[in-house]
Amino acid sequence: MNKISRWTLALTIGVMSVALYNCKPKGPAEISMGDAASKVYVAPGKYDEFYNIVSGGFNGQIGVYGIPSGRLFRIVPVFSLSPENGYGFSEETKPMLNTSNGFVPWDDLHHIALSTTKGEHDGRWMFANGNNTPRVARVSFKSFRTEEILEIPNSGGNHSSPFITENTEYLVAGTRFSVPMGNKDVPISSYKENFKGSISFIKVDPQTGRMNIAFQLRTPGFNYDLSRAGKGPSHGWFFFSCYNTEQAYTLLEVNASQKDKDFIMAVNWKKAEEYLAQGKAKVEKVKYAHNVYDEKTHTATSTLEDQVLVLDVQELKDLVYFIPCPKSPHGCDVDPSGEYIVGSGKLAAMMPVFSFSKIQTAIANKDYEGDFNGIPVIKYEAALHGEVKKPGLGPLHTEFDANGNAYTSFFVSSEIVKWNVKTLQVLDRVPTYYSIGHLSVPGGPTAKPHGKYVIAYNKITKDRYLPTGPELTQSAQLYDISGDKMQLLLDFPTTGEPHYAEAIPASLITPTSTKIYKIEENENPYVAKGEAQARVERKGNEVHVYMTAIRSHLTPDNIEGVNVGDEVYFHVTNLEQDWDVPHGFAIKGALNAEILIMPGETQTLKWKPIAAGVVPFYCTDFCSALHQEMSGYVRVSPAGSKTPLKFSTGATEEPAPGAGQ
Amino acid sequence: MWPGLLKNKVMKKLQPISRWIIILSALLMLSAYFVPLWQILMWAPQYPEGLEMKIWINTITGDVKIISALNHYIGMRHIEVTMFPEFQYMIYIVAFVLTFGLLTAIINKRAALWAYAIVIFSAGIAALVDFYLWGYDYGHNLDPTAPIVVPGMSYQPPLIGTKQLLNFTAFSGPDIGGWIFLASGLLAIGTLAYELYNSRKSKT
Repeated sequence: MNKISRWTLALTIGVMSVALYNCKPKGPAEISMGDAASKVYVAPGKYDEFYNIVSGGFNGQIGVYGIPSGRLFRIVPVFSLSPENGYGFSEETKPMLNTSNGFVPWDDLHHIALSTTKGEHDGRWMFANGNNTPRVARVSFKSFRTEEILEIPNSGGNHSSPFITENTEYLVAGTRFSVPMGNKDVPISSYKENFKGSISFIKVDPQTGRMNIAFQLRTPGFNYDLSRAGKGPSHGWFFFSCYNTEQAYTLLEVNASQKDKDFIMAVNWKKAEEYLAQGKAKVEKVKYAHNVYDEKTHTATSTLEDQVLVLDVQELKDLVYFIPCPKSPHGCDVDPSGEYIVGSGKLAAMMPVFSFSKIQTAIANKDYEGDFNGIPVIKYEAALHGEVKKPGLGPLHTEFDANGNAYTSFFVSSEIVKWNVKTLQVLDRVPTYYSIGHLSVPGGPTAKPHGKYVIAYNKITKDRYLPTGPELTQSAQLYDISGDKMQLLLDFPTTGEPHYAEAIPASLITPTSTKIYKIEENENPYVAKGEAQARVERKGNEVHVYMTAIRSHLTPDNIEGVNVGDEVYFHVTNLEQDWDVPHGFAIKGALNAEILIMPGETQTLKWKPIAAGVVPFYCTDFCSALHQEMSGYVRVSPAGSKTPLKFSTGATEEPAPGAGQ
Repeated sequence: MWPGLLKNKVMKKLQPISRWIIILSALLMLSAYFVPLWQILMWAPQYPEGLEMKIWINTITGDVKIISALNHYIGMRHIEVTMFPEFQYMIYIVAFVLTFGLLTAIINKRAALWAYAIVIFSAGIAALVDFYLWGYDYGHNLDPTAPIVVPGMSYQPPLIGTKQLLNFTAFSGPDIGGWIFLASGLLAIGTLAYELYNSRKSKT
């Protein structure tokens, strides 16, 4: 090789290396952000445009964020204990977590449903499901507190829940795992014979929001995954995605992925109401807890209910139809017009969009391809509006804007794809970081989406934030959808694992937000409405302290006459009537938590002293300039002592002769 | 001669327009029974939305409890309606002034108008003096065991206008009823001025 060709070779290698380097795909850090910062900047003291109500997944709570800033405002405890404010620890809130299994202090909160009227957000309540020990909860938009938790009997895991009808007539609770009804002891291999699905329709009182199970549908033994109610023309119908129509009971990842098509189950719930009125329902004996928090007494009560009404969909005709849907459908989302139902087969290479009017025609013409255990299976083509071709990999969920567009999350290809519902054309796609699960457009599931943004709730964050050991933050991403192209604006961390979330205009919520509880309206049996009513009473070995808190003292703050072995109940009433002046209460060695007491509220902390001595207690919420002074002592005497019961605040006395010697 | 002149002047009848304005001036004072007369507004870093106290003819409304709760730190007394004996008799004083105005229009003599203008003017001054004295006492007469004692500091609220009191900016001024009362007074005094001006002009 001569000198020149050696140089040529070196030059060629050099040029190729540079070219190769430039061909390397660009990482996310290099994506131009344009004017994104100004679009998410909410100046200090200014408010966000939307509340984002985000499920906390395995933390069992709801996170409340602002959009577009992504700032976290509050974590509302729903199915999980909250030592931060005493939820589930205070005597008043303990009954909220009662179930037929006893006290279950945790759950897996997956989905949010915000109440609607005529299919539009009305800002009254948020509903959430407990996936593990089947429950649904109702949270007030006034107080952002959990007001009701209803356990679901005959359910093996409450996943397709708590989706609601357009006027919040019902919310549903469909079992993820089919199980033998009535806690029967049967071989697991008898799945086909003994295992059943169960879908509960829970009636919501339009005035109080109180929930009760109106009826349950007894359905074939599948896995019921997600659901949406019809609206507009399809009001009166409910759609559920079903997987494992193979009825496998082991190694589901293989055995439940065999069939080309599973089902979307269409339920005519108006028909169910007719059957119910005709007395066609069977009464089944069950056991489930119904827990209600009363805002006047600031106290929860738990009642064990003992029966449900059951409609068998195999016996009662015209109640349920199956629509074939490719490959283990997950999301089953109804567009704002109520005409189109989008099925997202997790393993399918396309997405079918079904037409409600075509489904009705198919039913009228009995255009069936057969039946499953006596339930008609509508012909796929007869129900189909069309397919979205090659949308991406692993479609999960779809939300909608007000302009006829749909936004679908793709877990495997880690992206959001925008497409037109009528034409089924893919319009745009953006990557998510990484592996999006649910997504949310403000008002996306309603008849009148507010649009503007789509928020991605991701399953993997990896390198997006500063690392914090093997356990990393969870994350959401905000995209602007006001233009033709979606634009990534913001990453923001979330708590728990976010599943479904909804966003609602702040203007629907802020005007009615509770600031204080009126002390005159406090009906807690242990309230002390003023320091004159503060006192200590002994009932056997129970000592009840009726305590008041006001800046900056607790009354009484000196308590004597408590013995080891007593059960001491501190009923603390916050006498403040001013916004944002909570007081807290904690006592050394208590085996539970602190309690936070809002202005005008009474909450109770139970404490069992185990040794003689003097035990301090104090206010835990920095309430005022003299917060550090807001404290007191309990004198604990040995068991059986005759120390007289005494209590005071501000009284001093000369030490007794011989004291302290 | 000049007693006669005086008599002549003060016994002079009023212009018809003056009588109507006096009736208006008197009737405006009816509003005192329906709207607040005075307001005290307070702002602090923790209270950007402000706290307010409205003084009516026979009561105080607004964030009185919150203000009292805050004031206890510096040893100011709890504000109660019973602290103010004025609330027992203010309704009668206003009724008296109002009736006096109507009578003036009926009597239709300049002397009566003089008397009415003096009564309404003195009532206003007396109210302000009374409010100042209460404010002085409330701001100076402090509990010596209060948690916060700033040597030499007193907390008298401003009579009219704005004043900084520790972390609070306090404003004191007329509310709707106060402004209407002021209008009543100005109408009474203005009518008197008009009458005097008119009679001087007719003499020359």
